[in-house]
Amino acid sequence: MRDVSVIGIGQTKVGEHWTTSLRHLAWEAIHAALADAGTEAVEAVYVGNMLAGALSRQQHLGALIVDFAGLRGVEAVTVEAADASGGAALRQAVLAVRSGAAEVVLVVGVEKVTDMVGASGTTAQVAAADADHEAVHGVTSAALGALLMRRYMHENGVELADMAGFSVNAHANAVGNPYAMFRRPLKASSFVKGSMVADPVNLFDSAPAGDGAAAVVLCPTEMAKDMVPSPVRVAASSLVTDAPALHDRADPLVLAAANTAAGRAYHAAGVVPGDIDLLELHDSFTVFAALQLEAAGFAQRGEGWTLAKNGDIGPQGRIPISTCGGLKARGDVGGGTGVYQAVEVVQQLRGAAGDCQVPNARRGMTLNVGGSGGTAVVHILESIE
Amino acid sequence: MELPRHWRLQNQRYGLVGEVCDQCGVKLFPPRDVCPSCAEPAHEQYTFSGRGQVYSHSTVYSAPAGYEEYAPYTVALVKLDEGPMLTAQLTDLGDQEPEIGMPVEMVTRRLRAEGEQGMIVYGYKFRPVMSQGS
Ligand SMILES: [Zn+2]
Repeated sequence: MRDVSVIGIGQTKVGEHWTTSLRHLAWEAIHAALADAGTEAVEAVYVGNMLAGALSRQQHLGALIVDFAGLRGVEAVTVEAADASGGAALRQAVLAVRSGAAEVVLVVGVEKVTDMVGASGTTAQVAAADADHEAVHGVTSAALGALLMRRYMHENGVELADMAGFSVNAHANAVGNPYAMFRRPLKASSFVKGSMVADPVNLFDSAPAGDGAAAVVLCPTEMAKDMVPSPVRVAASSLVTDAPALHDRADPLVLAAANTAAGRAYHAAGVVPGDIDLLELHDSFTVFAALQLEAAGFAQRGEGWTLAKNGDIGPQGRIPISTCGGLKARGDVGGGTGVYQAVEVVQQLRGAAGDCQVPNARRGMTLNVGGSGGTAVVHILESIE
Repeated sequence: MELPRHWRLQNQRYGLVGEVCDQCGVKLFPPRDVCPSCAEPAHEQYTFSGRGQVYSHSTVYSAPAGYEEYAPYTVALVKLDEGPMLTAQLTDLGDQEPEIGMPVEMVTRRLRAEGEQGMIVYGYKFRPVMSQGS
């Protein structure tokens, strides 16, 4: 197997892009990533997307996007794994380069949520859950987060205010990210007063859905060293599934797929959690951040919340998370999320994260979760000496 | 309209009919024909008692399409006495606040009205267990 590196990244600002179409967003990110990589010789494109069929009445994004981006004829296909689509698409690209099937491969994660208004976004998002046994009962993504959160608080003696640190950290970090949806700080005292979405999940607990696209260009590490000044190695890539329905999991408060995916990635990269300098996790709800810190080995079961309370997750903390705002403040880009996470880690490892920079970042990890935990994708990225 | 889909699921939705694994005896709801514990076939039908406890609950204020008129409503994870957990709405709460650990029992209710023609989808919900002997 060949070693794989990232040679180009690109992203659009996340937000409500009323005047920009899905294909145009994707093109912007692709254009930026190819310019960054200094090549146009792309042999394959993997698209990460979750909602276009429901919200834009558009499938077949592979052909649509490469055609619009001036790459007509290039192999292209969508990879779908709900909110983990972006991470899953990145993994397919890594496999394509590793195997020798292609040299230069591009991944683009894109989501367009503002083509429809009203309840359609909530309705489309819950398609990640079990339609016959969860969604039919009127459950939403936020409600699934809320069911986890209430149980988490109950079992671990946690108050709502104890979770504030996750959202406060995300918002503080997003202030420095020009691509973030909400570049304003959030006070811990405001967190508990957010209007209720699905009790106990409130507005300040849940990530806002936004339009956006991010892209990454990959090639063999051997080739990368001659192409760009600071390539970033893909030290590990893993994808693991679990039951998509929350009620079908052996222990709903354990994200088993994330736990296994992280374990495999640590093994492949030859590292332990303590070797990770920053973690971009899937903080669509604060309880998700807590559960993922536990699943990825940064806290014991039921103790992930203490990392937020003790200030361990800040840019100078033991394990910085959501360093560019995370889903909570950069914005939740649905199936594009996993690619945004990779772009953000590459920025950090290049030392090019500006006001979001984590000091001495050498190794970063992404954890992209689909639905309430049915898919987990982990990538570990390293700067090359 | 998703008539065929709702028709197909009516046994489990109205009667809480699940399955027992041929191999390891674990009881399954919803029915899935392949046991997730041992991957062996599970074909024998099993009707659940409809009794259980609330594992967690949430009140939904921002509802998906087709459910807006019912909001706010309470959804829960219910741990059935026989083992499996399921997702359902809580109903007939009256003045009672839902609580983790609350004993509940299954009833059949309207889940939603669908489409212009107003096809009504029925299924299980759970209510607090009525006090004995009253
Ligand atoms: Zn079995």
